[in-house]
Amino acid sequence: MFWIRLKRVIKAGWINFRRNSVVSYAAILVTTITLTVVTALFLFQAILNASIANIQSKVDIAVYFTINAPEDQILNLEATLQNLPEVASVNYVSADQQVLAFRDRHNNDYLTLQALDELGDNPFGGLLQITAKDSSQYESIAQVLEGTTDIAKENSQIISRINYSQNKQVIDRLNSLIFNARRVGLILTLVLSLVSIIIMFTTIRLAIYMAREEIGIMKLVGASGAYVRAPFLVQGLLYGAFAWVVTNIIFFPLTYLASVKLSGLIGIDLYAYYVSHFFSVSGLVLVIGLLLGLISSLLSVRRYLNV
Amino acid sequence: MIKFVNVSKAYPNGSVALENVNLEIGKGEFVTIVGPSGAGKTTLNKLMLAEEEPTEGSILFENDDINTFNSGQITRLRRRIGTVFQEFRLLPNKTAYENIAFAMEAAGKSDEEIVSDVPHVLQLVDLQDRMFHFPGQLSGGEKQRLAIARAIINQPEVLIADEPTGNLDSRNTAEVIEILKKINDLGTTVVLTTHDPQLIKAVGQRIISMERGRVVGDDSKAQTTI
Repeated sequence: MFWIRLKRVIKAGWINFRRNSVVSYAAILVTTITLTVVTALFLFQAILNASIANIQSKVDIAVYFTINAPEDQILNLEATLQNLPEVASVNYVSADQQVLAFRDRHNNDYLTLQALDELGDNPFGGLLQITAKDSSQYESIAQVLEGTTDIAKENSQIISRINYSQNKQVIDRLNSLIFNARRVGLILTLVLSLVSIIIMFTTIRLAIYMAREEIGIMKLVGASGAYVRAPFLVQGLLYGAFAWVVTNIIFFPLTYLASVKLSGLIGIDLYAYYVSHFFSVSGLVLVIGLLLGLISSLLSVRRYLNV
Repeated sequence: MIKFVNVSKAYPNGSVALENVNLEIGKGEFVTIVGPSGAGKTTLNKLMLAEEEPTEGSILFENDDINTFNSGQITRLRRRIGTVFQEFRLLPNKTAYENIAFAMEAAGKSDEEIVSDVPHVLQLVDLQDRMFHFPGQLSGGEKQRLAIARAIINQPEVLIADEPTGNLDSRNTAEVIEILKKINDLGTTVVLTTHDPQLIKAVGQRIISMERGRVVGDDSKAQTTI
């Protein structure tokens, strides 16, 4: 009997969904708006994270060495730094590479190159570029090199200067920017999600409010509460499922266009991201759509079942 | 079968719909409850269907107080009582066939029973040609015949008809009364409420008169014919 009832409930839900087409269109439209907002917020978070990662990768601590600093001691320090848990990468630029890079940067500046040639010896020392796993960890890395630690003491003779102090202001501003961007992103996500959920919930409530007489009649002809409720839940699920399909129809071309036109601006291939994260992003959006449809219907029908 | 014991019903706004009503309806009876608008007839029906609860007193269905029923028991009670309303109360988005099939589905009938019984009952009320029409596509008389078909499809023990002819012309009224009499002849208890004096004459049998929420007459000897 369970399967027969299930079959009847699904059929009744589908028939109601088709016959109340105006209400169904409205509910799908509003649910689509909700899911579009949710999907857009997911993508916004991805763009935000990519931008933050992009900016973070451009910030580092540069340790400049004295001209005569022995290379094996520099490489030793490089290995030590690489073992620090806060450090993401350490890049060694030798004195020779430095001078080559300098010449490359000033290849149109004849006077500068002539002055370099006149010096005869390489005026540059070696350089270590250190990037942290998180921008908030630069301070502790700088302390390791500048403070009273064993590493700082052992290498104080060969270190010419560390540019952390110069970069500190930029790093601090970046940290506060990242913190604020994440906070704004989270607040935006919560507020917009809440607003669209309320709109969707109200629309489905209205759709069921229109059927309140029917609910009463069904109860009076001897239908149990569960049997009256179930087709409305099927309808709610259908609103969510159809809205999910429409949302994908919107986002596939939209992310493709964004990738083609805005890839340089947003620093991420949005289409590739959407396709590669389809099951996690779109799957989650589908679950949200189905749950919203189901819960809205469940709460709305309950109100009119008291007959 | 149905017993009202000292039943009163007052609404929160202070209006009193029923006042100390005592009456008993036996199995297989055809009872007509008459009275002007506001006499309490519809409230009486709502109480029998457990759609509302009395403020005082109790309503017994085969000696069980229906006001102590839980929702599952109320659902089972309603499957034993067929109902026909003045305003038809059909499901507007379901066809004539589906309206009746729904009542059978709700009662847990099998697909085979539905396929065999629905066309039969539609034929009984002369709606076999309107099987796949929606209520909005039917005339008043057809709607009421459909409501009756739905009410009797599960062979209820009691049929409550609340002003079933209120929206019908005289020809359709006579048809509906004829159908109700036939149903009663087959053993179903029929409770008909009306304020139409012509209808009272047509029905005859036991007539209970109500005024201002009170039972003012119970004439079980009325035997008028058309």
